[in-house]
Amino acid sequence: MDELKDVLLKYVNAEYVEEGGDPVGYDTPLISGGIVDSFSMVSLKRFLENQYKISIPDDQATPEAFDSVDKIAVLVRRFTKA
Amino acid sequence: MAYNDTTRTMYQQTLQGLKDAGLFKQERYIHSPQAADIEVEYPSGSALKKVINICANNYLGLSSHPDVVKAAHEGLDTRGYGMSSVRFICGTQDIHRELERRVSDFLGTEDTILFPSCMDANAGVFEAILTKDDVMISDRLVHASLIDGIRLCSAMQDTYKHADMAHLESKLEMHQGRRHRLVITDGVFSMDGDTAPLDKMVELGEKYNAMILVDESHASGFMGKTGRGTHEKYGVLGKIDVITTTFGKALGGATGGCVSGHKELVEMCRQKARPYLFSNTIAPVVVTGILRVFEILTASTERRDKLERNAAYWRKGLTEAGFVLKEGDTPIVPVMLFNAKLAQDFSRALYDEGVYAVGFFFPVVPQGQARIRTQLSAGHEIHHLDKALDAFVKAGKKFNILGKTKQEIIEMYGN
Repeated sequence: MDELKDVLLKYVNAEYVEEGGDPVGYDTPLISGGIVDSFSMVSLKRFLENQYKISIPDDQATPEAFDSVDKIAVLVRRFTKA
Repeated sequence: MAYNDTTRTMYQQTLQGLKDAGLFKQERYIHSPQAADIEVEYPSGSALKKVINICANNYLGLSSHPDVVKAAHEGLDTRGYGMSSVRFICGTQDIHRELERRVSDFLGTEDTILFPSCMDANAGVFEAILTKDDVMISDRLVHASLIDGIRLCSAMQDTYKHADMAHLESKLEMHQGRRHRLVITDGVFSMDGDTAPLDKMVELGEKYNAMILVDESHASGFMGKTGRGTHEKYGVLGKIDVITTTFGKALGGATGGCVSGHKELVEMCRQKARPYLFSNTIAPVVVTGILRVFEILTASTERRDKLERNAAYWRKGLTEAGFVLKEGDTPIVPVMLFNAKLAQDFSRALYDEGVYAVGFFFPVVPQGQARIRTQLSAGHEIHHLDKALDAFVKAGKKFNILGKTKQEIIEMYGN
């Protein structure tokens, strides 16, 4: 069990998957797969910053860093350790 | 020259990649005026074929209306062909301002500014009225031109799930710290033919102090009892802060668009919107044509009433034949096929039967949502619709999809 990833997965499914859509998994491509568009990344960044009391600089909040729940977990862990 | 063989090869490979992926778009040449019956050269070089057009944005059948054509001739005779200037230098005629007043009266707004197209209106409006202190919250299925306009603006960007008012409310709560909140939606969504719940959006706007911008390109002229648009349908005339719309669809179908709304916001566009400042506006010949369109629409609701009847007749016929449709009550009726190749093959089969309707697939619509988008017109008579229905049924039988569910079609063809 990875609690962080489960919280992220729950948020991503609630925020970005339309009703009746296939739920995303830990490694589902979010940005490159067209599930999260660049405009919608702002909500994700805000959620991470509020939830984990971190500040992610804009230059690190890249489409690549947000492209799956696995990758987002790596990003969050980097900032929560800092 | 920088365009050497390597560069040329690179572009050729990119274009070939589009062809290989089935994403290469080809034009079909029409040799007649836009109407329910058209003459088409397809594939290129083929003999002309008479077909029924059921995929134009010619909702009110005014694209080739004799009165509109006559008014355009008169405009050509009295105001000339071109302006050779942007609006604020020497490119504004009396008829441009007359059209702006006419549009404001029709939409129920304070003021209006013309743009060369609605694509330009949407490209220019956001940066003209917002700053980095503001936030734009858009429906996730808004038209590509709104997306491009949002990209050009320095305000914060956010989205809400398609037509999901609870999700929109959560976003409005989240962004209370911003100076202005602007909610952005299409009135009628062009790919699915559904509508934005503008009554609920206006309520949320009032509750959370947010402005509402609606693109009415697929609504102006026929939605609502007198055709004012989606805001009339939902009983919120006079309560939408900004409306953008086009003259390239129901309102004559030529060119041009506009931003209409509170006079200060319109004035901000006149001072700052780049497609207005750095491009000629609508040509005089088109302006006089559009003015005649508004005369026709304010004299009678006959055309929008006929369009409504045609859309209901068409939707009922397709439903009874056993097609899977997107729900809705607009003249956009998507026939769902789910698979991109099936959509293309189905379109070709329809063409062979004398019906012109194009397949839409990713990236124009989401993956697995391929379809034939049919669009009704007041220019269609019942005999057009009956013939087109026969063609759809023949093609439906050929591909064995009549009476099949979404799941069954996907099992047969994939998605």
